[in-house]
Amino acid sequence: MKPAPFAYKRARSVDEAVALLAENDARLLAGGQSLIATLNMRLSAPGLLIDINGLGELAGIAVKGGAVEIGALTRHVQAERSELIAEQAPLIARAMPHIGHPAIRNRGTLGGSVAFADPAAELPACLLALDGEIEATGPKGKRTIKAQDFFKGLFETALGQQEVLTAIRVPAAGKDTRVGFSELARRHGDYAIVGLAASARANGKGLSDIRLAYFGVGNTPVRAKKAEMALANGNIDAAVNALDLAPHDDVQATAAVKIHLAGVLLRRVAKQLLEPRS
Amino acid sequence: MSGVAFDISLTVNGERVHERVDARKTLADFLREDLALTGTHIGCEHGVCGACTLRVNGEIVRGCLMLAVQCEGARVETIEGMSDSGEVADLQTAFERRNALQCGYCTPGMIAAAQDLLKRGGLPTRDEIREHLSGNYCRCTGYHAIVDAVEAVAQARAKGR
Repeated sequence: MKPAPFAYKRARSVDEAVALLAENDARLLAGGQSLIATLNMRLSAPGLLIDINGLGELAGIAVKGGAVEIGALTRHVQAERSELIAEQAPLIARAMPHIGHPAIRNRGTLGGSVAFADPAAELPACLLALDGEIEATGPKGKRTIKAQDFFKGLFETALGQQEVLTAIRVPAAGKDTRVGFSELARRHGDYAIVGLAASARANGKGLSDIRLAYFGVGNTPVRAKKAEMALANGNIDAAVNALDLAPHDDVQATAAVKIHLAGVLLRRVAKQLLEPRS
Repeated sequence: MSGVAFDISLTVNGERVHERVDARKTLADFLREDLALTGTHIGCEHGVCGACTLRVNGEIVRGCLMLAVQCEGARVETIEGMSDSGEVADLQTAFERRNALQCGYCTPGMIAAAQDLLKRGGLPTRDEIREHLSGNYCRCTGYHAIVDAVEAVAQARAKGR
């Protein structure tokens, strides 16, 4: 199908984008790799598209005060090739090859993926696993939202109507940081049937501060807190048994299959978490 | 300026193009309908099948997931341009020789994605070839012949270097 007609405007600054969002039915166009698909299918029919692709100040990766800050317009391909991300945000580096396909990663942006909040997407779960935060800019200036407070429901976030997601921040990895990532998809690069992003701190021979963030098993990425506690005691079998996810059947798999696969992924990711960082 | 139709200037296969387009027109539709460059195929129109893969500013993208109006000032290269320059002639020959196509609908996107991998140099493994082509559906061949063709060209190019 073809998109319904809409007006289009290139924003010249974040402030202008914020002001334009006051219009009814206005949507931001970043990488467009989800939005334009929904326009083509007429699942979405905004009155005005505000193209923010010209806002170079929103793209870039930097370490600031112990955190890795990634500008919202940073494209997946830039994060995938970034040495800084590989060293300081290894969980995001591990997730990157699973996000779409090369042609998608050339256009798609990290901010767009987080703001879209697809429940089966990789980056929202990475942010939750890393206890990351989201910077939003609105009419009253900037504010910071913790990842755990950002994802509210199915494709629903804490962003206000006139707010632009301008950056994401995750703690820079230290020597004792451990991360794990795995997902199962019908085809490499497709949305996951189930996926798991995890972070932890090496603590002697064991792990502490374990955060397991599943995606594809609910309306938002979800922590498996009981499994985190069991894993902290070093018992992988107990952690798998403690998984208390409540997925629904969807077009890809039944809830029972998803629960089984969540256990498979936990075993794989637990192994990654226990590996020393190279 | 906010509106529903825009004048755009861009380069398509090395030629300057000036056209007026509706904001809602995708790059793939613009190339096919306004410029009669029908080598860019349209399959799913939501970024899944890869039939519309082409290059914008040197990087492969989905033609159905970009708007033409976003290509102001861009350098667009379609399968027609890649064919005419001879850049993908060896890939085209290998696809033909190894039966890496039957109906041919996916082939322009497949060649564009394969060339994107091969132009980086090196000798990709079969797994790397499969991964790089993972965003391109082929409903005829079962993919083996396509991987064979791309691998053969990678080896031939490596020898020629």
